[in-house]
This record gives sequence, structure tokens and C-alpha cells, in this order.
Amino acid sequence: MLRLPRFKYLRPRSAREAAGMAAEKGARAMFVAGGTDLYPKLKRRQFEVDTLIGLDFLGHDIRNGSTECVIDAGVTLSAASRDSHLKGGFGGYAEAAGLVSSPPLRNAGTIGGNLCVDTRCNYYDMTYEWRKAAGFCMKKDGDICLVAPSSPRCWAVSSSDTAPMAIALGGVVTLVGLDGERELPVSALYRDDGIEYMAKRPDEVVTSLRLRAEPGLRSAYVKLRRRGSIDFPIAGAAVAARMEGDTIAACRIVLSAVASYPLDAEAACTFLKGRRLDRETVQEAAELAAKPAKPLDNADLSHFWRKRMVRVVVEQALERLSDQPGGFDS
Amino acid sequence: MKEEILRDVERAVLTLNVNGEPAQLLVPVHKTLLEVLREDMQLTGTKHGCELGECGTCTVLIDGKPHLSCLVLPIQVEGRAITTVEGMASGSDLDPLQTAFAEIGAAQCGYCTPGILLSARSLLEENPRPSRGEIKEALAGNLCRCTGYTKIVEAIELAAGRMA
Repeated sequence: MLRLPRFKYLRPRSAREAAGMAAEKGARAMFVAGGTDLYPKLKRRQFEVDTLIGLDFLGHDIRNGSTECVIDAGVTLSAASRDSHLKGGFGGYAEAAGLVSSPPLRNAGTIGGNLCVDTRCNYYDMTYEWRKAAGFCMKKDGDICLVAPSSPRCWAVSSSDTAPMAIALGGVVTLVGLDGERELPVSALYRDDGIEYMAKRPDEVVTSLRLRAEPGLRSAYVKLRRRGSIDFPIAGAAVAARMEGDTIAACRIVLSAVASYPLDAEAACTFLKGRRLDRETVQEAAELAAKPAKPLDNADLSHFWRKRMVRVVVEQALERLSDQPGGFDS
Repeated sequence: MKEEILRDVERAVLTLNVNGEPAQLLVPVHKTLLEVLREDMQLTGTKHGCELGECGTCTVLIDGKPHLSCLVLPIQVEGRAITTVEGMASGSDLDPLQTAFAEIGAAQCGYCTPGILLSARSLLEENPRPSRGEIKEALAGNLCRCTGYTKIVEAIELAAGRMA
């Protein structure tokens, strides 16, 4: 049986109080919201903590304004995926939330938790006994990367579905820490490192996500995984574009699960600006978007195939934009 | 690993609302809802599967929505309505879903059945006449290694028809 380790469970009433507890306990404590990723990792002894700080105080509202939408970090992924305003104005975000894991886990998992979800690797997301037998890796208990043994860094893969989409949509998170409250673009929330993958301070709690509404905004998310009902992404494309008529005025494409952070495909966006979304343009943009993706052999299925499929998921996401009102006629 | 077992066990007195009845329990806070239901409350209808949130056999309803009890701490659901498979029948009257599963033969080994019944119950309460696609989507988190799902889906359709 896989049992959770013994721990203390603290119940702060506010983000400021939670930040104080985290600062006091240091690396021996972790925040927990839905717990859908944290508890399996505790059971597999991937995290070694003796205190959990419950974020049950987080809000559960989605506030829709004329110019922006603010989603409390405690909103569940299933609520976000079904919200009519998100589906209407930020369709890609609702899609991404609805593609995380399985229905019962989406009923527990939160949008804040999915933004902070741990990076993954075939050599890391295993039981303690498996890792002990195979040899520990540098992300937990070891000192080398088993995927790239000569590399000085960890290459675990960013596995959030909603983070790439939030970045593509220009999302901003509110963080509350010991020093007070601050806002940070979601794009600045991550580092290119499989271990220290988050740029926020350990005491900071993500309390909300703000998405800005813009006229002509369209978005889509396409996810690749072995089992469509449950798995983490092994590649994915989040695309958001602001259209002026049938022309792309601005665009952002962010790839999931091909690096230790959500990867911007900037060249493709530069190429798309000022163009119509016709089939040739979509294909050329997808080729450009796939270039920076360099998946390693540390997630499900072959990394050569995953690399080839990045172009395909970007193409599908751009086609989905075209399918939305005002899209190109193919 | 060794250091873990030397830690003190923090216990909490919790009042859990299970199948409409309040139960006061003294439990270690690190025990999952699945472990408390089975080991402390003897409600063994909720099954122990992968323990990692992948198989769905430990599904219970929390405020009417399916959750995986292997990944829920009781301390996080105090005061919320928890429904297990034992709470589906009333007295000797089975839930229409249970009757339909028995009639159609929508179980072989039966290990996944409690979780699937509860996911289906939640679906029918929200959507009394689901399409086949909606049924499959609702069951996407529940694995069955025996039946291939055909009879399970048919049983849910039969129950939905009778309940409408």
C-alpha cells in the first residue's frame, strides 16, 4: 500500500497567514490546494515534508468584467472548464482546464494548483522503491540527470495545460507573500530548470489569475497524450490571437510539455503578424513554432515522435482559431 | 524514509457527514478519506485501487460531485456531504442504477462498480438524459479492466430512462 507520510496540517485563514507559516517552516512545508498532484507525489516520497499548509481559504469565484476576467485560485478546473464567460471569451483557457487529467480530479484540482504543478520525468515520477532500484536522479535524492547524464541540470518537463494558455492570453497572477501582494505575468512565473521551475518565492501564494478581454480575441488549446481521458500532456499548443477582420494583429503561441517551462514560439508569432489564417500560412507557422521544441526521452512515447507532433498540434490549434467565428474558409 | 516513522502522529477530531449521518472520529490527519472510510468506518464498498488517482475505483461523491477518496484528506472535507456506494440504496430498495447494473450484467469482477455507480449517479443528477458521449465523458476517470464498458453504458442509459 502507498500511504501518505506523517505530517502536520495547518489551516491558515488568509494568504498572508499562509505565507507566514511557509516562511517559518521553510522547505519542510508545502502548500496544498486540491492535492491531486501533491498527494501522489507524497505517497511516492518525491516530496519530503512534515507540514502541509492548506489553502482552503482561497476564493472560488470567477468575476467577469467588461475588460477582464479574474479567476480565484481556488476555482476548480471543472468549474473553469464549464464557465460560460470563460468558454465565450477565453475559449482556449476553458479547453485547457477541461483537458487536465480526468473528471473526478478536475473536481478537486484548482487553477492555482495547475499553474504551480511540479515538473515531470519518467525517472522521477516513480515510487521510492523504483527510484532506489534504478538509481536516484538529481531532482530527488540523487546527483545526476538520468535522461542526460552529462548535463549539469535537471530536464524534467513542464506539465501544466493551463499555464501555456494563460501565458498565450497574457494572463497575470496575483501573489501574496510575506512582503505583501504583487502581480506577475504568468510568463514570468517559470524558470528553465526542472527542479527550481517556479520563479515565485516559496512563501508566495497564487491567489488569482487575471485574463484581459480584447476585441477580436480568439484562443485554442490542443493537447497530445496517450490516453485522452487522463494523462498529462506530452506535447501541446496554446494559441491566442487578436484578429482585425481576417488578419492577425497579434498572436502568441506557447508550447506545453517540451521543455522545463512553457515554451514561447516567437518566430511563428512574428511570421503570423499581419497575415490571414489561410492553410499555407498555418502550415508554415506550425513549422516555425515546432523548431524551438527539443523534447528529451523523459516523457511518455518516443521523443522523436513527440518532436514531430509539435508541428501537428500547433497546426491543429491554429486551425481551431480559424474555425471560430470569422475564420478562414478552407 | 526512516525519519518519517519517528515523527509524532497528529490526530484530529473530525465530524464527517457520510451518507447523511454525522460521524465523529479521531483520525491521524495524514490518513486519506479512503483509508478512514474503509479502516475506521468499515465502509468497505469504496475500493482500494491504484492509490494514485488514476483508476477511479475509490470514487465517492463530495457535495454530489465525484472525487477520488485516495487523494482527499478528511480534514479538507469536514462538514461536506460525502456519499459512498453504501449510501445509494435506501433500505432494501436499490438505486435504479444498481438495479440496472444487476439486470444488464454490467459488472464482471465488480471491483470498479462502486466508483462507476457513483460517477453515474452524479451525472444523472446533473443531466437526467445524457447522451452516450456524455456518459463516456462522465466515466472517463473510472477504469474497468473486464467489461469493455458497453454494458456499463447500457445500464446507465436504462436507469436514466426509468428515472426520467
